[in-house]
Amino acid sequence: MSRKFDVVVIGGGPGGYIAAIRAAQHGMSVACIDEWKNRDGKHAFGGTCLNAGCIPSKAMLESSELYHRAGHEFKKHGIETGKLGLDLGTMQKRRAGIVRQLTGGIAGLFKANKVEGLVGHGKLLAGKKVEFTPADGDPEVLEANHVILASGSAPIELPFAKFDGETIIDSWDALELEAVPKRLGVIGAGVIGLELGSVWSRLGSEVTVLEAMEDFLFMADRDVANTAAREFKKQGLDIHLGAKVTAAKAGKKGVKVEYDDKSGSQAIEVDKLIVAVGRKPYTESLLADDAGIQLDERGFIVVDEHCRTRVKGVFAIGDAVRGPMLAHKSSEEGVMAADLIAGEVAELNYGVIPSVIYTAPEIAWVGKTEAEVKESGRPYKKGSFPFAASGRAKAMEQTSGMVKIISAEDDDEVLGVHIVGPMAGELISEAVLAMEFSASTEDIQRTIHAHPSLAEAVHEAALAVDKRALNYMN
Amino acid sequence: MSIEIKVPALPESVTDATLVAWHKKAGDRVSRDENLVDLETDKVVLEVPAPADGVLQEIKVEDGATVTAGDVLAVLAEGEGASEASGSGQDEAEAEETEESSAEEEAPAEKERSAKGGKTSPAVRRLLEEHDLDASMVSGTGKDGRITKGDVMSFLKGEESGDVTPGDHATADEDEEAVVGLERTEQRVPMTRLRARIAERMVDAQQTAAMLTTFNEVDLTEVMALRSRYKDSFEKQHGVRLGFMSFFAKAAVEGLKKFPAVNASVEDNDIVYHNYYDIGIAVSSKRGLMVPVLRDVDQMSFARFEAELAAMANKAQDGTIGMDDLTGGTFTITNGGIFGSMMSTPILNPPQSAILGMHNIQQRPMVVDGEITIRPMMYLAVTYDHRIIDGREAVQFLVTIKQQLEDPGRLLLQV
Repeated sequence: MSRKFDVVVIGGGPGGYIAAIRAAQHGMSVACIDEWKNRDGKHAFGGTCLNAGCIPSKAMLESSELYHRAGHEFKKHGIETGKLGLDLGTMQKRRAGIVRQLTGGIAGLFKANKVEGLVGHGKLLAGKKVEFTPADGDPEVLEANHVILASGSAPIELPFAKFDGETIIDSWDALELEAVPKRLGVIGAGVIGLELGSVWSRLGSEVTVLEAMEDFLFMADRDVANTAAREFKKQGLDIHLGAKVTAAKAGKKGVKVEYDDKSGSQAIEVDKLIVAVGRKPYTESLLADDAGIQLDERGFIVVDEHCRTRVKGVFAIGDAVRGPMLAHKSSEEGVMAADLIAGEVAELNYGVIPSVIYTAPEIAWVGKTEAEVKESGRPYKKGSFPFAASGRAKAMEQTSGMVKIISAEDDDEVLGVHIVGPMAGELISEAVLAMEFSASTEDIQRTIHAHPSLAEAVHEAALAVDKRALNYMN
Repeated sequence: MSIEIKVPALPESVTDATLVAWHKKAGDRVSRDENLVDLETDKVVLEVPAPADGVLQEIKVEDGATVTAGDVLAVLAEGEGASEASGSGQDEAEAEETEESSAEEEAPAEKERSAKGGKTSPAVRRLLEEHDLDASMVSGTGKDGRITKGDVMSFLKGEESGDVTPGDHATADEDEEAVVGLERTEQRVPMTRLRARIAERMVDAQQTAAMLTTFNEVDLTEVMALRSRYKDSFEKQHGVRLGFMSFFAKAAVEGLKKFPAVNASVEDNDIVYHNYYDIGIAVSSKRGLMVPVLRDVDQMSFARFEAELAAMANKAQDGTIGMDDLTGGTFTITNGGIFGSMMSTPILNPPQSAILGMHNIQQRPMVVDGEITIRPMMYLAVTYDHRIIDGREAVQFLVTIKQQLEDPGRLLLQV
């Protein structure tokens, strides 16, 4: 007799494992199938986020940032280091250790919540059956009352710059390099490209970033993007906008990258080339032909606003469905799906999902950009406050950037908050909470912020919206 | 799966509704189209039917709360799967319910709408305090029904436009007249929503329009003769009684055709001329004054007009009148005569710019062809918005009505 579960989750990334735990907390029997394999051939839960994305990149960003500051900033503080040295091996070991701890933690959480973690491949069949093929064993058909598809995404490969794992590499390989490349090329100045470019630039690479779009960080607010572009340039990141890569040839001495821009055909030589042009939904062997699940023209699983697929009882969440490819969005969709299955009311406020880029300075925003508000036709007001006027930021020696708040002219509701500066990714949480509760600018103005803190910049920006900033000339 | 039961779309002139009563409680099994809850708006009582068979899982808004279109009232677990999947959820809902009902016993006065309005954001607190408001007066649109600053601002805006000065000062005279020795009690009763809305609209009309009233009198000899001659055969033929109202409405339409401004309305700095004749007829009901609208009266036969009017009056009496029935008219007729009024100045029904007042019919001595004769006479009044209707037009409009009624043949020939 085949095993039967209330819920079978396919995918153990930040969407799938969270959905599995939440469903188990509702008292349902849950299995979570996951087939992630690390470079050492070992399985680990956590998907791209924990193994190859969010977490290891933050580890490397932190280490490289400290190295960079030790070299460039410590003198200012009066700290003499002598000759600074880099031990990339130790740095990488630390990264791998963090990843191992966290992914191992998921296995522990599964045990505590009585989620059956199944290592191998999951495939949705017709009639809410799931074919589970263990890494070393025969396929088994599981029966499920509900299925949650959380198969994630994979890096997009360019046809003229195919990954070879050596010189033309994806974002995962780029985190695990064993030596600092002298010349590093990055295709794509998106979140991933900028973060990876920053890591290796701080560790000593000459980094050239080629971006096809004319606008830098097109999805961000212009004021924020422009400030960030200035800072990155200062740090030595060489970002070419409107640069359309046409060919990349790996040779003995490195990679020759050809691209077109406004002034014609160009070419650069680099030792390694990171292709970070985006990610595509990953649904390989996920769906049997008669499973009844529909994919859209871009390969995303078609779902409604509650992550329901066309098949009753089958949900799909995370990078494999519409919406931004963000771990926190996946996790919340996982929670929503589990709650809906449990018969509870659940919804996601897709208008209030924060975005963060972990460069230095960090970039974070939530809600609408000024351009989007303008386009919506709603009268608005705005205010901003520079970190240069923040005591805490000064003490931290991190004064570049600012907080900008856009609010409705009529009822004062906060419509968008955009931050570039130290700890922007942490500061944005206040704005997300405010917007989730439809707060007005005045609500932020009337909330006490600790002094001295970076969060005061959010407070002052809210005051500035009404021309009432206290520590800056309005 | 669960379905959210939401407040249906309310027409533009209606901002919110009061939840009068739930007919079901959480955990009840309901069938599709069964009425779950009554909502009372300024104009009508709306029913919210169940969209599907299932179990009412959770009631989100309690009796007495103010709701706006799109608010989630309850959650319905659809079909059989619902009961199976929602076991725990349902228990919770029930637990919540008992908790709430015990809370109600303790503090019945606070049963009102905003259990959730109690905790408010700093900006909201500031506004409430500044304007001496209670959170329960404002309906929230924020997360889980919380009140946002915008909610209070729009509440204040609504207050401003419909502000009625408290009538306290008027009681001075009454006090003096009060009989000595008897208990001089007074009773303070909150206005019903319908009353409050009427008050708001009346004052609104009074404040926006430049209202002026012109009078005339009409000799109804011919209309009455026509009516008594054909009364029986009309009723036999069409199944409805031939009343006076159809004559007045048809006569008014002829007048409106001649003077389009009377059928127009003001919107900002524009005059909107309506090329159709939707006539509101004021009727009184147990719940108060209502003005159902009859559409395209110019296209109607007398019989159809009378039939539709009767249907509307019935609906108004038993409270089943729909929102659509009450919105949109281009001109209104009100008949104070049925209560014995000899003469009155009706008040506009905004955004309309004119209203015809009918009064009682009295036998009066009139001089006709140099001789005193007794005629059934009625005074007519037209109140009009002088912003867009000139005195000449208003007077001639009323004269047109008078001519049509004094010589009903004109109605037939449209002259």
